[in-house]
Amino acid sequence: MKKSLPTWADVVLIPAINVFLAFFVAGLVVLFIGEDPIRAMGIMIQGSLGSSYGIGYTLFYATNFIFTGLAVAVAFHASIFNIGGEGQAGVAGVGVALVCLTVDQTHWLLALPLAIMGGAVFGAGWAAIPAWLQAKRGSHIVITTIMFNYIAAALIIYLLNNYLKVPGAMALETRGFAEGAQIPAMHEIASWFGASISRTPMNISFFLALLASFLVWLLIWRSRIGYEIRAFGFSEKAAVYAGIKPVKIIMIAMLLSGALAGLMAINTVMGSEKRLVLDSVLGAGFVGIAVALMGRSHPIGVILAALLFGVLYQGGAELAFEIPSIPSQMILTIQALVILFTGSLENMVRFPLEKLFLRLNRGTA
Amino acid sequence: MDLAELYQLLGTTLRLATPLLFACLAGLFSERAGIFDIGLEGKMLAAAFASAAVGAYAGLPPLADPFPGQLSGWGLGWPAALLAVLAGIGASVLMALLHGFASITLRGNQLISGVAINFLAAGATVLIGVTLFNLGGQTPNLPDVSRFKEITLPLAETLRGIPLVGPFYADVISGQNLLVYVGLATVPLTWWILFRTRFGLRLRAVGENPGAVDTAGINVARQRYAAVILCGVLCGLGGCYLSMATAAAGFGDEMTAGRGFIALAALIFAKWRPWYALSACLLFGLLEAISAKYQSLDIGLFEIPVQFMQALPYILTVVILAGFVGKAIPPKAGGVPYVKER
Repeated sequence: MKKSLPTWADVVLIPAINVFLAFFVAGLVVLFIGEDPIRAMGIMIQGSLGSSYGIGYTLFYATNFIFTGLAVAVAFHASIFNIGGEGQAGVAGVGVALVCLTVDQTHWLLALPLAIMGGAVFGAGWAAIPAWLQAKRGSHIVITTIMFNYIAAALIIYLLNNYLKVPGAMALETRGFAEGAQIPAMHEIASWFGASISRTPMNISFFLALLASFLVWLLIWRSRIGYEIRAFGFSEKAAVYAGIKPVKIIMIAMLLSGALAGLMAINTVMGSEKRLVLDSVLGAGFVGIAVALMGRSHPIGVILAALLFGVLYQGGAELAFEIPSIPSQMILTIQALVILFTGSLENMVRFPLEKLFLRLNRGTA
Repeated sequence: MDLAELYQLLGTTLRLATPLLFACLAGLFSERAGIFDIGLEGKMLAAAFASAAVGAYAGLPPLADPFPGQLSGWGLGWPAALLAVLAGIGASVLMALLHGFASITLRGNQLISGVAINFLAAGATVLIGVTLFNLGGQTPNLPDVSRFKEITLPLAETLRGIPLVGPFYADVISGQNLLVYVGLATVPLTWWILFRTRFGLRLRAVGENPGAVDTAGINVARQRYAAVILCGVLCGLGGCYLSMATAAAGFGDEMTAGRGFIALAALIFAKWRPWYALSACLLFGLLEAISAKYQSLDIGLFEIPVQFMQALPYILTVVILAGFVGKAIPPKAGGVPYVKER
């Protein structure tokens, strides 16, 4: 099969045009509301990148989105669509909380690796059942992961209500973690080096997210199992013919995906809230879909897309504060437009571009 | 539990099952034609908003001197409800066409398109709502002309005297709103369209083997678009139900609250068949009615927590999908874009 598009057009040009289209339509929406899109954008950028406070929040959100974006991306490489990041991250929050509540009399250097394991195991565990059902019974994983999101929500309420919440308290949340399970926030890390930045929920998990991105890159493009995952994702038939076992690939890809989504809980439950609250994920699992699509399932793309969504979430909150007629649902709309244009409407740009390049090539040949 | 209480529970079940039923049958048309639709939720939400917004404008009386934030309506009579329903269906069909354009014309990923539509509806409804009404995303309370009220069927009181059947007729069958009856009537209608008309045969055929349908000289894309539009119409009715026929009497942020996904679960539970869809929706409606009425259910040996009842539709669907209790096999060409061979 001859490639109809040069690589640079495929990897850079098409996503860029699609993201531009998404934001162009978002700008039209702002115009329709009767506000100035340029001013709105200015407020968002100022609010998200204009101060160490804004940057801290932006990177805090971006940390969540890197984890959930990587989760969706890894599954995408095996051509599996994991919509269950929301539930996996939620259940992982329980795992992280259980570890933290147990070891919070020790030191965070001990608590962090244990909590990472707790989050990864619980997240992977919640992905394991849909994965196994897909691999062994052929149950459509998109549907089962959606169902598992709802089951997770009910399960977490049940656990908080009956076992985890402070006895006698009204609020559905665990007790706060003691000092021994509190990982350093970014302003604390900065103060070790004598720098002073604003207090934000951003914490050491940001570096964990970058490390996870690197490891995912190693795994997908530099390891045997990564090759098998990509081969399986490209053509299941060919992969089976080459001796790759579908059950193994589906299980590994989904367990990794669930574990990555689960690591998000380190940032929120352990890092920012320092307790398990009822809604610890707040849609970040779904943002991961947009991030993975926009980042073309590549770790670097995922990081960039996660940063963009971090800007959107932090800037959007500032925007809703400055211009009350643009509520935070604007972000949800932009998120939808990004998924739409970079995901399902991608061919709207791709088809004409392919024709264009075909004509250009014919001209030179 | 005495009989009156049981009948009250069944009446609630019917009311809660109706929006599920509309969305479930909507999904049935779409998925039978080979277009996966996880955007039922978004379409319902868009319809709920559009119908509530138009219903508020059309039904509220005109004010000579409205103070800021107060809506001066058009003061229509019964056409208000009709306009509202049409607006709801229109909004839902627009979303459906977007899904169709992405998945039929552009051969894009149908699941991703569905996800996008859900977010688009969740975001856009509140955005437009804030712009129009400035009520934090809600619409004003709908006046009675823009709502569906309970209808007492003929002879309900006369027949009440008959043991068992009489109160059942009076309390469960009678006293529902118009859309409940429309929903119930849609089930045989769907069955008839799908299994007794040429249109239905072709619709099912493009969902199973579009290549064969194409060979027979039938336009696959047009057939699939028709299915997607029907899906939009039914989702629209489901959305109208939520804002116009429930106690909400208006639109609220995310008011579908996952019903589109329960409907999807019901569709799988029903194995993509209309009459089974009715039973599945009634079952899920009953579960919702029970969990709304009782905090936890004591069945002697142990207590069933309310969260379990709420999660049960999803758990049942996973079990069915896993094929441990009768396998659910989706339409063969579902989710696959059709590419005409050259």
